[in-house]
Amino acid sequence: MSFLAAFHLAFRAILRNRMRSLLTELGVIIGVAALIVTVASGEGARAQINEQVASLGANILLVDGRATSAGAVRLGAGSRALMKEDLLEIVRSASAVKLASPVDRQSAQVINGDRNWATSVYGVWAAFFEIRDWSLVSGRFFDEREVERAAKVCLLGHTVVENIFGSQDPVGQTIRVRQMPCEVIGTLRSKGQSSMGQDQDDLVLMPQPTFKSRMLNEDRNVVHDLILSVVSAADMELAQRQVTAIVRQKHRIPDGGEDDFRVRNLSDMAKAREKIVETQTGMLRNIAAVSLLVGGIGIMNIMLVSVTERTREIGLRLAIGAAEVQVLLQFLVEAVVLSAMGGIIGVAVGIGGAIAMAHFMEWPVLITPFWVLLAVAISVGIGVAFGFYPARKAASLDPIQALRYE
Amino acid sequence: MVTEPVVSLAGIARTYGRGDNVVHALRGVDLEIAEGEMVAVMGPSGSGKSTLMNILGCLDRPSAGRYLLDGQDVAGVSKRDLSAIRLRRLGFIFQSFHLLPRTSALENVELPLVYAGVPKQERRARAMAALNRVGLEDRQHHTSAELSGGQQQRVAIARALVQRPRLVLADEPTGNLDSRTSLEVMATLQTLNRDGATLVIVTHESDIAKYASRVLVCRDGRIRKDERRTPQDAAADLAVWHDEEQDPAEEEERIT
Repeated sequence: MSFLAAFHLAFRAILRNRMRSLLTELGVIIGVAALIVTVASGEGARAQINEQVASLGANILLVDGRATSAGAVRLGAGSRALMKEDLLEIVRSASAVKLASPVDRQSAQVINGDRNWATSVYGVWAAFFEIRDWSLVSGRFFDEREVERAAKVCLLGHTVVENIFGSQDPVGQTIRVRQMPCEVIGTLRSKGQSSMGQDQDDLVLMPQPTFKSRMLNEDRNVVHDLILSVVSAADMELAQRQVTAIVRQKHRIPDGGEDDFRVRNLSDMAKAREKIVETQTGMLRNIAAVSLLVGGIGIMNIMLVSVTERTREIGLRLAIGAAEVQVLLQFLVEAVVLSAMGGIIGVAVGIGGAIAMAHFMEWPVLITPFWVLLAVAISVGIGVAFGFYPARKAASLDPIQALRYE
Repeated sequence: MVTEPVVSLAGIARTYGRGDNVVHALRGVDLEIAEGEMVAVMGPSGSGKSTLMNILGCLDRPSAGRYLLDGQDVAGVSKRDLSAIRLRRLGFIFQSFHLLPRTSALENVELPLVYAGVPKQERRARAMAALNRVGLEDRQHHTSAELSGGQQQRVAIARALVQRPRLVLADEPTGNLDSRTSLEVMATLQTLNRDGATLVIVTHESDIAKYASRVLVCRDGRIRKDERRTPQDAAADLAVWHDEEQDPAEEEERIT
């Protein structure tokens, strides 16, 4: 008997008991669907993180000066910030660091005539444009000198332009950021949405001293966040070590003392995020595993029932000369088809579930053909593993007794 | 006939169990069946006739003795080889037909050919030819539920014949049929026998045994009586039986 004939027989037997077959497949369906959803959200999160890393640049380090403890003493936020000298020292002596800029951020209302808009205002240095790879639609960037003298100039992101200028060209116009008047000297080329759904163009950039001393009335030498670009991806670790050493020295932290700042690179952040996603989907993965096991046992059970029901048929097949391996194949293929059908339905349900999740919960999902094929392969494997015993039992029946079975 | 016998049994014994619980189902059977014979095996239950059939049909192996099927010793071959022998050289007809449910007559007849790996087109043609021989060519698409008992048994006969076996074994082929359909089935078997098939039929009905050219009677695991009859004897017996059973005029058509 050929494989094809075995498949034909299997489909016939399965379709004969539609409801029973569907119920039997339920375990595999749920298991595979849960697996697909788990994998889709995990892969989605990973892809999103990778995209963010790529869009922000792989060679970027972030230094957060707002660490909340120094030694064993827990400090309030911002109690021990980085200073401008720290930053200058880093640029001077960390060989792996190429460029550096503060990236202090504050949300603020920006006003043009009768229109206003709430956005994020960043105080940065001229190097920032190169670090984050911004380009212009119109106007110009500000330069080092304007930074030094805290010029009241700013650049607007695309979203801000749309909201307070519409189709008008803002270059040369004066807007108010909080209470401070500020000349728009350029507009930034749109970067679009990040994969997190964040609008990357909803921002205003101005020189850090302007931001600090004129807009916020704070000490312009205090910096909270730094962004650094590293010479090459291979130097990330070196840069991280150099920056840590310099800031520790500047802050006079003794050996063994705890850092009062954090140096983070994006791939570390990505790893931390992946871990969170994994924890979130871990439960679902356990459901998938248990459900697949229960599904397999269900298939074994129904196949044993089927063998018992069809004892006479098996007896006849053996009596007229079917080889044991042919009978074994018939029942094994039936179990595999049953399980694989469950797997295919499960894939469909899983894809539907993942799409629903993406739509309603706004989770990033990514369904790859590899995992779809693997899920079907797993269900085939379950069919083989749990179908073998019943098939073996059918093949080893004694035809004389099987024919007499009532 | 000087040709080699289809079946040659010598000192066949079959015991079940061991120690004190040993049951001797067959206690030394010697038997030769020539090509073209139609043999009826009779005997009370427990006489060993079923065991004899199982051994003849290569479904069971003797505990002792020699079994030559077509000159080949099959007493000691493996289970796997026995399957192949059953598939290619033996045909089976059962009391309860054993057709596959919800399966057409044609597909039922094709079943041995499927296991023999015969390609589909040839399978179809040979199965149709076999259905033709039992007069059911117009019922090829009917499932067993749509066939009468007699028709079902004739489908089973076609299935037994489709591989052109050397020996056809029928176990109480009319046991589940009323006497009228029994006649149909026996007539079919007799026709096949005249066309050259070698048949062994187990029955407990002496009326059925009358169709045979030779009657064996089993008792206590041995063959007690081995009676050969000429075709004339058989015809005479049948005539009497038919007179008793039903209107001969009607039956005349049926047998021929």
